[in-house]
Amino acid sequence: MPMTVKQIEQFIKEAIPDATVEIEDLKGDGDHYSATVTSKSFTGKTRVEQHKMVYDAFNGKMGSDLHALKLKTVSE
Amino acid sequence: MNNNDHVSQNIENEINSNDVMLFMKGTPVFPMCGFSARVVEILNKVGVKFGSVNVLESDEMREGIKIYSNWPTIPQLYVKKEFIGGCDIITEMFESGELLELFNTNGIDVNPS
Repeated sequence: MPMTVKQIEQFIKEAIPDATVEIEDLKGDGDHYSATVTSKSFTGKTRVEQHKMVYDAFNGKMGSDLHALKLKTVSE
Repeated sequence: MNNNDHVSQNIENEINSNDVMLFMKGTPVFPMCGFSARVVEILNKVGVKFGSVNVLESDEMREGIKIYSNWPTIPQLYVKKEFIGGCDIITEMFESGELLELFNTNGIDVNPS
């Protein structure tokens, strides 16, 4: 079941409360998004760790319900 | 050895026997997904030799690699047994020059085209 922009933002903010999230729907099919996530909690973490924090926010839905999320993480 | 151990043993063998190892959908000649194709394109531009596994050939491998790396998507790139990232991270590293630097510091021959 595809996801909406609102749901994606909600998942990320629940897991990373101080995050600011910019989401772009790449194909309009609810399955291909790009997101830029900015959070202080990324500071000092590798990119892989940062991206895992965001992926984990989706509780296993990443790669299943949500097929593709082009991700950019920014630590303030 | 149960099935999961069998799969992760296969994964380890691949990672141990290839300095640069790409788990992808499809093959380098016939990628079956845009993200996998993008990473193949980058590796070819950098001109590095790499091993690859087509995870579409085995559901066990397709799921096993995600468990092994605790990373939910494919493709996945490993350099000298270390998980480097998926399409987004490899693209970012390529564009910033970090990928070339990573290969150089690991003594991996490159031949940028």
